[in-house]
Amino acid sequence: MIKIEKLHKSYSIGKDSLHVLKGIDLDIKEGEFVSIMGSSGSGKSTLLNIVGLLDGHDEGNYYLNGQLIKDLNEKKAAILRNKFLGFVFQSFNLIGYKTALENVALPLYYKGMARKERLKVALDYLDKVGLKDWANHLPNELSGGQKQRVAIARALVTKPKVVLADEPTGALDSVTSDSVMDLLKDINNEGMTVFVITHEEEVAAQTKRIVRLKDGVITSDELTKEAKAV
Amino acid sequence: MFDLDRWREIFQSINKNKLRSVMSGFTVAFAILLFTLLFGIVSGLSNTFKSAFADDAQNLMKVRVWKTSKPYKGLQSGRKVQLKNEDYNYIEGAYKNKIQYQSSKIFKNFSIKHKNEANMYSVIAVHPDHQFLEKTRIDEGRFLNVRDLNKKSKNIVIGRLVKRDLFGERPALGKRVNVNGSSFLVIGVFSDEGGDNEERKAFIPITTAQTMYGNNDHLSQIAIGYNPNLSLDRAIAFGNQIERDLREKMSIHPDDQSALSIRNMAEANKGVGQFMAILYAIVILIGSGTLVAGIIGISNIMIFVIKERTKEFGIRKSLGAVPSSIVGMVVQESVLITTLAGYLGLSLGTYILSLIGNSLEENYFIKDPSVSTEIVVGATLILISAGLIAGYIPAKRAANIKPIEALRAD
Repeated sequence: MIKIEKLHKSYSIGKDSLHVLKGIDLDIKEGEFVSIMGSSGSGKSTLLNIVGLLDGHDEGNYYLNGQLIKDLNEKKAAILRNKFLGFVFQSFNLIGYKTALENVALPLYYKGMARKERLKVALDYLDKVGLKDWANHLPNELSGGQKQRVAIARALVTKPKVVLADEPTGALDSVTSDSVMDLLKDINNEGMTVFVITHEEEVAAQTKRIVRLKDGVITSDELTKEAKAV
Repeated sequence: MFDLDRWREIFQSINKNKLRSVMSGFTVAFAILLFTLLFGIVSGLSNTFKSAFADDAQNLMKVRVWKTSKPYKGLQSGRKVQLKNEDYNYIEGAYKNKIQYQSSKIFKNFSIKHKNEANMYSVIAVHPDHQFLEKTRIDEGRFLNVRDLNKKSKNIVIGRLVKRDLFGERPALGKRVNVNGSSFLVIGVFSDEGGDNEERKAFIPITTAQTMYGNNDHLSQIAIGYNPNLSLDRAIAFGNQIERDLREKMSIHPDDQSALSIRNMAEANKGVGQFMAILYAIVILIGSGTLVAGIIGISNIMIFVIKERTKEFGIRKSLGAVPSSIVGMVVQESVLITTLAGYLGLSLGTYILSLIGNSLEENYFIKDPSVSTEIVVGATLILISAGLIAGYIPAKRAANIKPIEALRAD
């Protein structure tokens, strides 16, 4: 599903160049539940941005769903994101003036689905994350956990190939964190590839495979108890 | 292309962000309101000038004579100058191509009497073309014609107020009136935009008058309507030429204004035209300044708005919005706001102008202020393009920010 070979990425800061990713090799198969662990500055967010087509890479190859990602312009990237990827962000990134339902339906709008149909589909997904009764509430009327569940519904609504979650529990307390992780597990159990970025051991432990990143290189890559339990 | 979903997005965005929508709209509405009022008031001034000349044709020239004030070719000053039929015929013959209408006049004041009603009126002997030169409107019957002149018929065309004085509500056509002792047949009733004095006149054939007044060929005045195809400058030159020719023909000193002069509407029109052109130039300058200020205002607000929405655009892009859809959305919203607000300003301005109406005519010379369709269409087009530019430039920049940077914005 995601295949990365010798990936390099540098940022230029003034005259200096900051080498963030120094040759990453990673192969994630369909249906995996992977977490990328690392402290801040390890390059894990950069990796997610590249995998999520939010940023480009300098060297190496990246295949998404078998397709080589190279020289993407904004338009092509946007279409691929819409088709293959669902995002869950630490700060939820819901649009404040749209209701929960409209937020979930937005990716379908960019897919070109008719309004009636996309609202129906969006409501199904809200139901799935247990927020059907909150469909017509604005994000600021929801709790943090509820917001993140709306964001997860929004990430799932286009039936993407991969769900990318960037510190999905970073802004939540431990109880709501657990409920969000349970939701991600459920999604994974239904066959969805889930790719989580985190610096919390407890979160990573709930995934099936942990890739540890330090200073731009992978230091370990192993299956967790969760994976062995299945 | 009508995209209902796009419009829904835009209305939601406007609706949920009322303050910034109202703010950007206000700048434009205010600019257009000022623009409309400014143009309306100047057009009102222009209307006043135009109506000052409205009771006569715009191409009128009048040849008037009095007494010589300078000796010339052995003739003393103080000699009374008399226009005659031969002068009329000379002008007609010499300048046929440059003349649209031609008439001469003899002015007299007579009592006109019908049954027991009698009054003093200005009785003017004229040619048929007089009707067009002084924009006389025939309400009933007809004006004098060539047959009346040839037959020296005793037909008379009376003003609306003459008819009211003498006949009241009864019909006047076909009735006889007594003019200074002679019986005339009323063949027409006229009205004139020039006001009451113009409608207390009566017209008789010039040939009839010349026979009646002493069997001579004297004329008081010659009126010419120059060919309207002549430019103002050529019309002025034409008037000067007639003036020179007639002075030469009648042995008058070339500079003797008192003896013979021509009052040429072309000169008045040119003066007014130049004045209005300068006034319009000033107004266009100020008006465009106002519009530019409005446009800069909305551009500023759009830049602010787009900065505020950068994160939203980032979210939309991460969900699959292509840059052009974001630019399109912002531009459409901006055009919608500018157009609506501009239309509001325009309507308000037009409404205020219609309220003003003619109430300022007396003291401020502003008559029926209004804006023309061209101005309205032009201003609307400027607005739409302003909205387009104001939205497009910052939106394009925002849409090209990488989503990761846009998402980081707060």
